[in-house]
Amino acid sequence: MILGRVVGTIVATRKDPRLEGFKLLIVKPIAPDGKDESGYVIAVDTVSAGSKETVLVVSGSSARMVDGCKDKPIDASIVGIVDTVSLDK
Amino acid sequence: MFLGRVVGTVVSTVKDAALIGQRLLIVQPVKPDLSATGKRLVLLDCTGAGPGELIYWCRGKESSFPFLPEQVPSDGTIVGFVDELHLERGR
Amino acid sequence: MLIARVIGELVSTHKHKSHVGRKALIVQPLDLDGTDRGDAVIALDAVDAGVGDRVLLVTEGFSAMTSVGRPESPIDMAVLGIIDRLDLDPLLGTALPKLK
Repeated sequence: MILGRVVGTIVATRKDPRLEGFKLLIVKPIAPDGKDESGYVIAVDTVSAGSKETVLVVSGSSARMVDGCKDKPIDASIVGIVDTVSLDK
Repeated sequence: MFLGRVVGTVVSTVKDAALIGQRLLIVQPVKPDLSATGKRLVLLDCTGAGPGELIYWCRGKESSFPFLPEQVPSDGTIVGFVDELHLERGR
Repeated sequence: MLIARVIGELVSTHKHKSHVGRKALIVQPLDLDGTDRGDAVIALDAVDAGVGDRVLLVTEGFSAMTSVGRPESPIDMAVLGIIDRLDLDPLLGTALPKLK
């Protein structure tokens, strides 16, 4: 699971029919201290996350274990909205 | 999948039983302009490719599926010959 | 999934049977600033994408295989969507407030 920040949305009309009804968000991985890390993932939103929110993303086959994602062509899912992260100093 | 060129073969006598009879080829990954990129690697083959040939290969668990129902421990397999590449202008 | 651009097509007459009848696209994964992200890859087409299209590229086996309708096949990447619109946070790349 990674921490990420929602940085954008994707609209695709022509897509695999199993993706219909899902919101696709662009998520930038971040370090626990909030700094951006390199890269990005496009993840299916299962928790109604919004722009700029910090979220939890699971990737790989685990992304399909989320409710409603079984047997769908999904390789990353947003499974939580992060309220706070505390780090040991 | 990825583009590559077959640049060699590997002979191994002591190996996993499921690899017996499988051809092991050395492949140099290439870009669409056919220049080399990244490290050479050893791949299995389900097409009958030979040295010099331009191929494309598949990585991961999926690369063991051509050999089903046999469970072959492959993490990269050549899955097709490349006859032609049609590229956008400027590429 | 990644954002990518279709830059070409691959023609192969001799290939694994699961690939027969599916277009093989040469696809360049992109970063959020539109620059190339690594080398171009080969992906099977599930949505009739063409050269120049900005697409959704899936790089995971199950999703790729099932989107082109070929389960248990050596397919690790597929194009499963055509991107109509992409909205990015205008603050992207600027320093972010620290998490508490």
